[in-house]
Amino acid sequence: MRRRRRHALPGFGLTLGLSLSYLALIVLIPLAALVLKSATIGPLAFWDAVTSPRALASYRVTFGCAALAGLVNLVLGPLLAWVLVRYRFPGRKLIDALVDLPFALPTAVAGITLTALYASNGWLGRWIEAAGYKIAYRPAGITVALIFVSLPFLVRSVQPVLEQLEPDIEEAAATLGAGRLRTLVSVILPTLWPAIVTGFSLAFARAVGEYGSVIFIAGNLPMVSEIAPLLIVTKLDAFDYAGATAIAVVLLLTSFAALLAINLFQLWTVRHRTAEAR
Amino acid sequence: MRWIIAAVVIAVSAAALPARADTTLLNVSYDPTRELYRDFNAAFIAKWKQDTGEAIRINQSHGGSGKQSRSVIDGLEADVVTLALAYDIDALSQHGGLVPADWQQRLPDNSAPYTSTIVFLVRKGNPKGIKDWDDLVKPGIGVITPNPKTSGGARWNYLAAWGFAAKKYGGDAGARDFVGKLYKNVLVLDTGARGATTTFVERGQGDVLLAWENEALLALGESGGDGFEIVAPSVSILAEPPVAVVDKVVDRRGTRKVAEAYLRYLYSPEGQEIVARDGYRPRDPTIAARYAKKFPDLPLFTVDEAFGGWQKAQATHFADGATFDQIYTPGR
Repeated sequence: MRRRRRHALPGFGLTLGLSLSYLALIVLIPLAALVLKSATIGPLAFWDAVTSPRALASYRVTFGCAALAGLVNLVLGPLLAWVLVRYRFPGRKLIDALVDLPFALPTAVAGITLTALYASNGWLGRWIEAAGYKIAYRPAGITVALIFVSLPFLVRSVQPVLEQLEPDIEEAAATLGAGRLRTLVSVILPTLWPAIVTGFSLAFARAVGEYGSVIFIAGNLPMVSEIAPLLIVTKLDAFDYAGATAIAVVLLLTSFAALLAINLFQLWTVRHRTAEAR
Repeated sequence: MRWIIAAVVIAVSAAALPARADTTLLNVSYDPTRELYRDFNAAFIAKWKQDTGEAIRINQSHGGSGKQSRSVIDGLEADVVTLALAYDIDALSQHGGLVPADWQQRLPDNSAPYTSTIVFLVRKGNPKGIKDWDDLVKPGIGVITPNPKTSGGARWNYLAAWGFAAKKYGGDAGARDFVGKLYKNVLVLDTGARGATTTFVERGQGDVLLAWENEALLALGESGGDGFEIVAPSVSILAEPPVAVVDKVVDRRGTRKVAEAYLRYLYSPEGQEIVARDGYRPRDPTIAARYAKKFPDLPLFTVDEAFGGWQKAQATHFADGATFDQIYTPGR
């Protein structure tokens, strides 16, 4: 006789049905509406809208700055997580709470604050300018804002994995003669890698769509510091709903492709490593 | 579980109660009118209470003029709109028929109870010696103006520059070249007029801000007169920010009477006085004479004279791929 496993929630059919309807209602239907709206202009106009020089330049700014911000957090996020998990020091809980602040803060507030800080008369900006650099009203400013809003993704995805990773493993590696670098590269990083990649892809996807915090610090010059979400808003203001959704579809597909590619890559590394372990 | 539901029900009904107490009006306006309508609403509420005994509340919404117009089309229940340019109210008639096509004929002076113009705000002492439009295209001058695609005020800025250059440099070809050079000097292209003011005043960017006269007067007032000065160019544009009752909304909500009275009060001597005090040019000649010192007398051209109306100006200059977009299209 087949024994049925007991689950906390009853009925596989019911729960699957519910979650699929929920997903459809919250995610799929709005996205389908988006794609349908963009299709109303016909393929030629769609192609023109999404490949105009302005649009192409805005993709470069948006995806470039989002990737750069993701890469900075790729290094600093896990480091922060490491410090929070492995060390006990006064104020640790406070810093731990601070990490989530970019989630909680309205993005416009973040944008205005960052602009005030980094503008040429701001607390930080005046020193940076004295050193011959400029951050606010340039792509560099966009990157700073995106680093700010996407930091929690890297920290929060790596932190739980690090907590599971017992310090014993490091000690074991040390007793087997591995130096610090070897322990980091061959023992710790392979374990953390999937979490880091997940965090990076979430941070990247979030940064691609970010509008509120960027708009104040970007300068918004076409071809230079105009992000794709701004181009969407501009088109909406001109009552060009179809053109706006066309660009939105490009952002959506690119983000989706990036997330999918990263998931596949993760699957591949996990298989690869299990194969290696055999 | 039951007490949670009970608590939610109580909270929701408590939140709904005060809304039922009075008639409310929603005035959806553009960016720099926050101060004007704060003062005007207080005066109108008192006046309405005195005339009818009815207490009303007036809610305000501010933002870029185009965005505000789109919000109303998308369902924001505005009883009245007070926007930066006629094109944005025309849009209410074209998309969804919220107002009739002849809305502009329903109130005096093209439904624009106050006017304004575009002036320059420069730093104290005018260190770069900016006197007129020609000075804006000189190399090394940092100009701050918002994006005409998202800001109504910025469209007036753009058309004012175009109108100046068309007269001086022989028609549209000269104007196109001039405006192109001007926008090459733009350092930051904010999405709204208030954002551009902040960038210039608070963040210290640029040498000159192209601004609504009312916005420049406000910035001057807030800085206490030091830090900035206003430069009036040799010629500028007559900006006529129009107002309209949104028929579909007031008929559904039963607020037509109070909404119409609200807009008419803008034309009354009391309304015109508030308008002038807050930096907008009044239509009423007596009140205009009283504030003559505040508003320098400079030659102003209208959009109808120089551009053949807003529909035409929009199509030639601000539509997708039109002259403004061409400035930023590479290879020109």
